[in-house]
This record gives sequence, C-alpha cells and structure tokens, in this order.
Amino acid sequence: MKWQKLIKVAFQSILKNRMRSLLTMLGIIIGVASVIALVGLGQGSQADIEKQVSSMGTNLLIIHQGSSFSGGVRGGTGTQASLSMEDVAALREKPLTIQYVSPVIRLNEQVIAGKKNWNTAIEGVSQSYLNIRNYRLSRGSFFTPRDIKAKAKVAVLGKTVVDELFPGQDPVGTRIRIRNVPFVVVGVLGSKGQTAMGSDQDDVILVPDTTAFYRLSDGKAIRAIMVSAVSEDLMTDAEADVRKVLRHAHKLPEGEEDDFHVRSQTELISVASKVTGTLTALLSAIAGVSLLVGGIGIMNIMLVSVTERTREIGIRMAIGARGGDILIQFLIEAVILSLIGGIFGIMAGVGIAFGIGKATGTSVVVSTWVILATVIFTASVGVFFGFYPAKKASALNPIEALRYE
Amino acid sequence: MDVIVLENIHKVFRLGGETVRALNGVSLTIHKGEYVAVMGASGSGKSTLMNVLGCLDQASMGGYRLEGLCVTAMNKHQLADVRNSKIGFVFQGFNLLPRTSALENVELPLLYSRHSSGVSHRDKARSALDKVGLSDRMDHHPNQLSGGQQQRVAIARALVNDPAIILADEPTGNLDSKTTLDILSVFKSLNDKGITLIMVTHEPDVASHAKRVITMRDGIIIDDRNVDQKDRVVAP
Repeated sequence: MKWQKLIKVAFQSILKNRMRSLLTMLGIIIGVASVIALVGLGQGSQADIEKQVSSMGTNLLIIHQGSSFSGGVRGGTGTQASLSMEDVAALREKPLTIQYVSPVIRLNEQVIAGKKNWNTAIEGVSQSYLNIRNYRLSRGSFFTPRDIKAKAKVAVLGKTVVDELFPGQDPVGTRIRIRNVPFVVVGVLGSKGQTAMGSDQDDVILVPDTTAFYRLSDGKAIRAIMVSAVSEDLMTDAEADVRKVLRHAHKLPEGEEDDFHVRSQTELISVASKVTGTLTALLSAIAGVSLLVGGIGIMNIMLVSVTERTREIGIRMAIGARGGDILIQFLIEAVILSLIGGIFGIMAGVGIAFGIGKATGTSVVVSTWVILATVIFTASVGVFFGFYPAKKASALNPIEALRYE
Repeated sequence: MDVIVLENIHKVFRLGGETVRALNGVSLTIHKGEYVAVMGASGSGKSTLMNVLGCLDQASMGGYRLEGLCVTAMNKHQLADVRNSKIGFVFQGFNLLPRTSALENVELPLLYSRHSSGVSHRDKARSALDKVGLSDRMDHHPNQLSGGQQQRVAIARALVNDPAIILADEPTGNLDSKTTLDILSVFKSLNDKGITLIMVTHEPDVASHAKRVITMRDGIIIDDRNVDQKDRVVAP
C-alpha cells in the first residue's frame, strides 16, 4: 500500500473519533510541552549566564586572599589577609600579559543622603575598574588618577543606589555620607542589571581604592584584586604571571602552597551553567516520564481501536492484505497520533516558555535541535507503544476477524 | 482448463477436547467459466470448504491447486497474495468499509496488489463499478446505498483484480427476493463473460441459478450435478 494512502487512512481513523484522539494525545501534549518549556527556559538562563560573562569580560581574573591556617583549622577563602596594595603595584608591572589591574576593597556600609539612608556595598577600586568590569557612566565622570593619589572623597553611584537615595533627581554634585565621612557624588554608573546568581550589580558605590583603603577600611587588607588579561588567548599566561608575581611578592619558598586564589570568570560561568544544566536535565527527565505515560495512553487506545476494527482487518486480509500491511497501518496511526500530540505539545511548550520568560525576565532559547529531537522522540514513542497493538492486529485470523460482530 | 482441483481434502478442528471433522475427503474439479452452487445444511462443511477454496484457511490434508498453483504448500504471505490476485470474495454481510466511498472500497484490493499494471487504480475501479451497473453511485458511502447496491459494490470489489474465481458466501442471504434476483442476474452476466463463479447457499431457489450444483453433508460431497437450464426457476 502506498504511503500517502496509509497516512490518509490513519488520519481518517483519528478524525473519526476526534474527542478520543484528543484525549489520547493529551498525555503526549503535556509531556512534550513541559520538556520543551523546561529546556527552553534552562537554555535561556544558560545563555543569560554566558552573556553576563562576556559583559564582564572573558579575560577577567579575580585574585582572592588565601585561607588562614592556624592550629590545624583551615579557614575559607579570604580569611588570610594576604593581598596588599604592593601586590597591585607589582602586578601593574607585567604589561605584556596583564592589561588592567584594580584592587577591590569591599565594605558594606549605611549611606546617608539628606534624610534618606541605604545600606549598600562600597567598593574601593582603581580607575581601570571601569574597563575591567565593562561599566559605563550614565552621568557625570569617573574619578581621576589625581583623585586616587589624593585619596579624594568622591563617589560614583550605581543605579539602584541613585533610585533609593535620589529618586527622580540628578545626584551629581551632591553630598553623601559613608561612615560619617562626607563624599561628593561625581558620577552615576550605567545599569548592568542582575548577575546570573541574582545579585544586583547596580547596588554599589565605587570610591577610589586609596580612599577606601585608608579612610574607610581602617587599613584592612585588600579582599580581591581584579586583573584583565591583554586578550582572551593570553589568559593562561596572565594567570601564570599573576602567580609568579604574587609568590615573589609574598616571598613564598618553592613547594609552599599559594596564599591566594586565582579564578577566571569563565571558570565561574562553567560552574553556573553546569548547575543550570543539571537542573534542566533533571526536570526534563521528570517531564519525560509524563511522555511515557502518554505513550501508554496511546497503546491503550490503539488496543481499543484494533478490537473495534477487527472486522475491517478481516476484510482487508480477505482481499489480500498481508499481516505486514495491517501492522504498518496501525503503526502509522499510532505514530501520527503521537506526532500530532508532539506538534501541539511543542507549540504549547514554546508558548509556556515565552510566557514564563516574559513574566520572570529570563531569556528563552528554543533551539531547532531540541524541537527535532522532540519530534523524533515522540515518533519513537508512537512506534514503541503502537507496536504491540499493531502486532496484535496483524496476527488476527481472517476467518475469525470476518465473523467478529 | 481446470481452475480448481481439490484432491481428498480433509479439515480437522479441535474444539476443546473434541475433534470435528469439517471436511472428510472432498475431491472436486472446477473448470474455467463454470457457475457452481455449493449447497448443504449448516454443519455440512460448506463454509469450511469455502474458506479452504478462498485460501483463508489451509486444509489439514489433501491437495489444492488453483490455476495450477499448489496452494497447500504456501505460507501466510503467499496465501494473502493469492487471495489478492486470484480470488474475489462476496460475503453475505457485504463487508464494505464504512465511511469509505464505493469507489475507494472497490480500489482496496488494488492497494494491496503486488503487481502493478499500467492502468490506474481509479480507472480499474471505475470500470468494475460500471460492470455491476453502479457507475452513478461511485462517491456514495455504504450507508447511502441499499443492500442490493452494497452487494454490487462488493461484487465490483471482487472483480477489480481480474480474479481466477469469484467466491460468494450466501451472497443473497441478507437481501429480499427482488434484490436477490437482481444480484443473481449480475452473476449470470458475469458468468456469461466467462468469469468462474462459486456460490455457497442453502436456498435451492438461489442454487438453481447456477449451472452446476454440489450438495454437501457431513464433510463430503453427496451430490454433484449439472442443472438443466429449463429446470430453472424463472422470475415471475
């Protein structure tokens, strides 16, 4: 029998019992829709993370303080005050691999502006921090090398801080107080939004590193140093240089462990995408179970259909259909049933994914290969669960089938 | 030419613990162009004989040659192909596919045919419907046709592959007497064109339209005679 004829017969039989076919497909529709929606959202947030990384700069290296070790107790990262302004100066002398260097002296402080106050992160950074983090200024200017040299009390505010302390106003030129030290606002950062982890990158005040180091942090050590390599290709060389410079500056003898940690941004990203990837896979697997349940629904309805159409099978066999012809006919019906369900499911899933994405602000990525894989998978569900009923139909005895009432 | 040669056919069924000998040594030769009626009470074995002749069932013992082909040695696939190309079935209950037009019903055997001829399926089906006088009802579905018309569609379906024989199992069993004569006249005209017909019936009136009547009882042929044309029951 020709394919188009087989497909036509299958459609006729599916359309004959519209309600029944729709209910049968529902299992597949729900399964496919949830898989598509979950994968779409998962890939979307992965893409978000990757975008974040490239916006932060893929050639970024972050150096943290090492862990303390005393009396057999190891502290976590940053417990050992090992980074100093001298380290920053030393790193600046490696221009072949390292382009920008900025310390990050981070404090959490209550900031007061007029009658309003707000608790936010104060970051003491150098001028090149703007380049390292890809920040842009939306208003005013950034602090100058002179400001840094003079430990000037100037501040650049993130957008969230401006919204909280100066709603609807231009803060440039006004005064704020950080730890009772008055600062002049010289600029406002352009918005960067949230990180992949959900922390607000605009809830920050940048001040000169020297100001932070000497006026705000009581001369505490530097928490981190951010370094950008000259190019992405030189990341490994840059990392090696950082190690060498810092080990030399810290006078570490050979064989001793580093008293600092160097992390690249890509490393962070890969961890983050691994987490979302695992989560997506897990949720999709659960959704896949409903696909199997849908497949069982198809098998059930196909068995009913075979019984209902016993006489038709008998007629077809009497006029010369082989068992294989009958098998193919019912198999195609099962596959078409599940494929239509799959197509409805894909449409529903894409709709749901974009709906949730719009509501939560996550990106949605529906890739062709996911749709293709879903189509192939639903077709295989049809073949797998349609086979037993089709086999049963093909094994009928024509004499008995013809006599069936 | 001998279309059908049966030699000492036996068919044994086991129902529960009981053994039923439905056919108990049937030998029969049917020539091309014959019009044979098989008569007998229920349980006489005529339906089993029909199933064996129609290659729906295999004999337990004995030989069956259809147009020289040894059917007894065939497997399921080969039997399906023989049914498709050499046998046309007409059933008591018409057995048309519901919700399918007359034309598509007639086309059905062609779809399962393994030898394709140059003529299109549509054209073959049209000409078969033409032969049974239904060319004006091709697009009607079975539920839009009367019993007699449905049986004509079934006959057209049996004809469409140019079979060696047409097997009719109680073809008039569900029809009133007028329609019965109608269908019998279709058979007569087909037979006049040289088509070999075998018809199972328990009605002597119907059987008398055939040229040869075989009577069965207890799985054997007890009577086999040619009908004198003048003995025929003529429609009033």
